[in-house]
Amino acid sequence: MAIAQPARPAGIRWVVRGLSILACIALWQVASVTHLNLGIVTFRNVPPPVEVVESAVALFRSPKLVAHITSSLWRVFAGYGAAVVIGAVLGFAIGRSRAASDLLQPPLELLRPIPAVAWIPLSILMFPSSELSMIYITFIGALFPIVLNTVHGVANVDRRLVASARSLGAGELAILKEVVLPGAAPSIVTGLAIGMGTSWFCLVTAEMISGQFGIGYYTWEAYTLQNYADIIVGMLVIGLLGMGSSWLLTTAGRLAMPWRSPKVAR
Amino acid sequence: MNIRVADIGTQSVGRIDIAEVSISLGEGIDAFEAVSGLDVSISPGELVCILGPSGCGKSTLLGALAGHLPITAGRLTVDGQTVAGPSPDRGMVFQQHTLFPWKRVRDNVAFGPKMRGLAKAERNRAADAILKLVGLSGFEAFYPAQLSGGMQQRVEIARVLINQPRVLLMDEPFSALDAQTRGMMQEVLLDIWGKIPTTTVFVTHDIDEALFLADRIVVMSARPGRVIEDIVPPFARPRSQDLVTEPEFVRLKRHVMQLLRWPEGSEPMARLSPLGVPT
Repeated sequence: MAIAQPARPAGIRWVVRGLSILACIALWQVASVTHLNLGIVTFRNVPPPVEVVESAVALFRSPKLVAHITSSLWRVFAGYGAAVVIGAVLGFAIGRSRAASDLLQPPLELLRPIPAVAWIPLSILMFPSSELSMIYITFIGALFPIVLNTVHGVANVDRRLVASARSLGAGELAILKEVVLPGAAPSIVTGLAIGMGTSWFCLVTAEMISGQFGIGYYTWEAYTLQNYADIIVGMLVIGLLGMGSSWLLTTAGRLAMPWRSPKVAR
Repeated sequence: MNIRVADIGTQSVGRIDIAEVSISLGEGIDAFEAVSGLDVSISPGELVCILGPSGCGKSTLLGALAGHLPITAGRLTVDGQTVAGPSPDRGMVFQQHTLFPWKRVRDNVAFGPKMRGLAKAERNRAADAILKLVGLSGFEAFYPAQLSGGMQQRVEIARVLINQPRVLLMDEPFSALDAQTRGMMQEVLLDIWGKIPTTTVFVTHDIDEALFLADRIVVMSARPGRVIEDIVPPFARPRSQDLVTEPEFVRLKRHVMQLLRWPEGSEPMARLSPLGVPT
């Protein structure tokens, strides 16, 4: 219904949004305190929010948190970083050259439908340490979205702009740097953002299976030790880390492409 | 700026010879001859309009002059040198601007000098000077998307002229603009051309535009394009938009309209682009 509604002041809208979150937390509290059982799902073992907050405070005070977070961050940094470098190189090669596309596209297309998580058993067998196998899973998770979006961006750069650059005296390297890279940048950033999401997803799964440290390991350990409140703390930390890294990416993308939001440009 | 003022002043630069030129487009069974056995010579400093119906091969010819399309027969030379591939010597302005959206106006204009390896301070000074010439002082730090269509085409012209090309090639550069802006841009072009008298080949299907701008009009037939008439409009320069209502202008316009009238039952053909694919 596109009928104009009377505009509510922004302040009131924020109050409504805050109340909505508070209501959800209140429902959770009621459900877990009363051991609500809906037949197909039960809240009997779900800790109430108050307990979760207590566990979170305890974790934030203990030195374990830093160890878990730094080992998870390191794995993402290594796996995702490798995916960015290799993915961008592959993407540029496939998007720019027909020979590279014929050579590299078929094996990538064969591997692409396999979910990264399905690689876990094989990667444990292939790599000497579980650390490397987890980094590999993170890498595989991020690689395909980055390659595909880079190929898409590079192949769809306006050929009139390339012709123009050539007319103005640009060589092949200059065309790559001055035209293809910025032209493909929005699509590449999209790939980086999707890749960041999948690499966190893959990392957490891999850590649950073969980790020693890391936030995914922490969450799974909490389950095996029956510290149910810690499970939810782990979930929240994972969410925060994912949110933080995608915020970093979109902010970096906005700063790198000022022409996309020209209001700041003047 | 190291403009070759001496060369341009003596009007010895920018001679175009088109001899028996044919150009085929498309591949295999889709191939067709867009231009066939064309003969035109253009003197240094001349402003020539190529006028013809849509799809007559005039944009294709321009694409070949720019070096974006290969010719299949004949000889195509600028100042005696065979055209082989794109060059800053032959600047091209397209119907839709091809400014880099990610570069500010100044950096767009300074692109050619940057490719030649000119230092930043020097190329920025050259860019600001030529932007002043096209009337865009104060817009140096804007992005192309922040400018109107007419302003974008001025930047495009400045970006080409900063390379001091032997020839300026324009493919219906004002046809996407509204009528009022188009009239203004025609005067802007004549003004710039008066200050930097570069050989200009201006492709258009707008009879008024051709009559208003040109030293000489080459009228082409429908595809495959051949020259059907070479007209020299006898109007003194500087010209203003008042010209278009004068009796001699109207008489010539009526004559050209007769030339370009469609034969019974025929339809105009699809527009071709200087890069060779239908747009």
